[in-house]
Amino acid sequence: MKKIVLLVIAMCAPTAYAANKDTALDTKALTVIQRDFRDKGIAKVDRVKQDKIQALCTQYRDRPPHALQDKLEKEQLAAVKYPADGKLMGDWKAGEKLAQSGRGLTWTDKEGDVVGGNCYNCHQLSPKEIAYGTIGPSLLHFGRNRGNTPEMQKYVYGRIYNAKAFNLCTNMPRFGHVGALTESQIKDLVALLLDPESLVNKE
Amino acid sequence: MYTRIILTLALAIPCLGFASDDKSADEIAKYREMVSDGNPAELDEMRGEELWKTAAGTKNASLEKCDLGKGAGMVKGAYAELPRYFADTKRVQDLESRLLTCMTTLQGIPEADITRKPFSTTSEKSNIEGLVAYVVGQSKGMKMAVALKHPKEKAAYEIGKRIFFYRAGPYDFSCATCHSENGRRIRLQDLPNLTTNIGAQRAYTTWPAYRVSQGLFRSFQWRINDCFRQQRFPEPVFGSELTVALTMFLAANANDAVYDGPAIKR
Repeated sequence: MKKIVLLVIAMCAPTAYAANKDTALDTKALTVIQRDFRDKGIAKVDRVKQDKIQALCTQYRDRPPHALQDKLEKEQLAAVKYPADGKLMGDWKAGEKLAQSGRGLTWTDKEGDVVGGNCYNCHQLSPKEIAYGTIGPSLLHFGRNRGNTPEMQKYVYGRIYNAKAFNLCTNMPRFGHVGALTESQIKDLVALLLDPESLVNKE
Repeated sequence: MYTRIILTLALAIPCLGFASDDKSADEIAKYREMVSDGNPAELDEMRGEELWKTAAGTKNASLEKCDLGKGAGMVKGAYAELPRYFADTKRVQDLESRLLTCMTTLQGIPEADITRKPFSTTSEKSNIEGLVAYVVGQSKGMKMAVALKHPKEKAAYEIGKRIFFYRAGPYDFSCATCHSENGRRIRLQDLPNLTTNIGAQRAYTTWPAYRVSQGLFRSFQWRINDCFRQQRFPEPVFGSELTVALTMFLAANANDAVYDGPAIKR
């Protein structure tokens, strides 16, 4: 019996999961990565150079030591730029439009094109949209379940601006931190999640 | 005994990566079955066979002496054992990089002429994609048996694994961001978990494929290329060590499954 359970676990388990330490191969892989890409459109080779967080999350397969994780999350949080006017909620309808768009930053996109929020690629949001992805958690009724106090608005703004400030190796991009989304776009997405009138918070 | 079997199945089903409530996946499966009788990839296979047998290049030679790993001219079953180490080039090669070797050495076609447009467009079909269609079709129904014996084969697998987990770019994505958990989707598109044998087997054995939405046959190099595009990475060099290593990681994870390409996809 135990054997069967173990066998099934073995079948399902990631075969290549563990981050095995082999410095020579690590170095070789890095050399290959740095050598075998070329510029295409707006996607230049400098994009494969890792920053501190990317390197750390790669090294630990997204499970870094807790102390290091806490330290870097605090650093990222300290770098979040909140709007100077103190207003964190924009127009939820503009937010919904933005959430639908998965465009931006690929080599087939153009410099200066409006970057989409990519939200529905990974999250459920409005109950009207059934074509949603499941890489991230469902955000259906997000504001209805949590309210929209100033603290909640600040949390959501920060989380979209830089999700890594809250969960260092999350799959979610750092939309504000890297300048993919503007301040006013992030405000619209905050409204999409928290405005009581937003479709996200309706039946 | 029966309880054991039922229990095993019950435990195994969640790891298949299907959302059981996902009707669209069922619809897509039905659609695939419906069109599998007449896969337009057959036209590319025929085009590729013609290209394989026709003399071309400055040396005016065909590819019938090309060694894909099972001996000169042996096409049957070759793809199910690729990538592999080749003694003449002293490196691990996948199908496309090996075809590059044959086309340059046997036919005398300059590599730049082949790699300038390695992927078909609606207005211009790529020769190398046609050749790919022909070769992979000759492994249909055979078991994937990629060897990890030669030190360079083992190294390629390990390098490919590291590429798979490498996070970078403006969105911090790696291959693993989308392909290391069971039952995930982007919008309605199911994502295979390529770190499991069952996920890698299902994905790898159904590429290359005829892509209905594009009206074109697509090679495995194209598949990798488009993943990196969506990852917001720059473009991988065609036939490079990078693409070969990543292919090795995926192909070896798919070992023991029956190869079923060229397939037909949405």
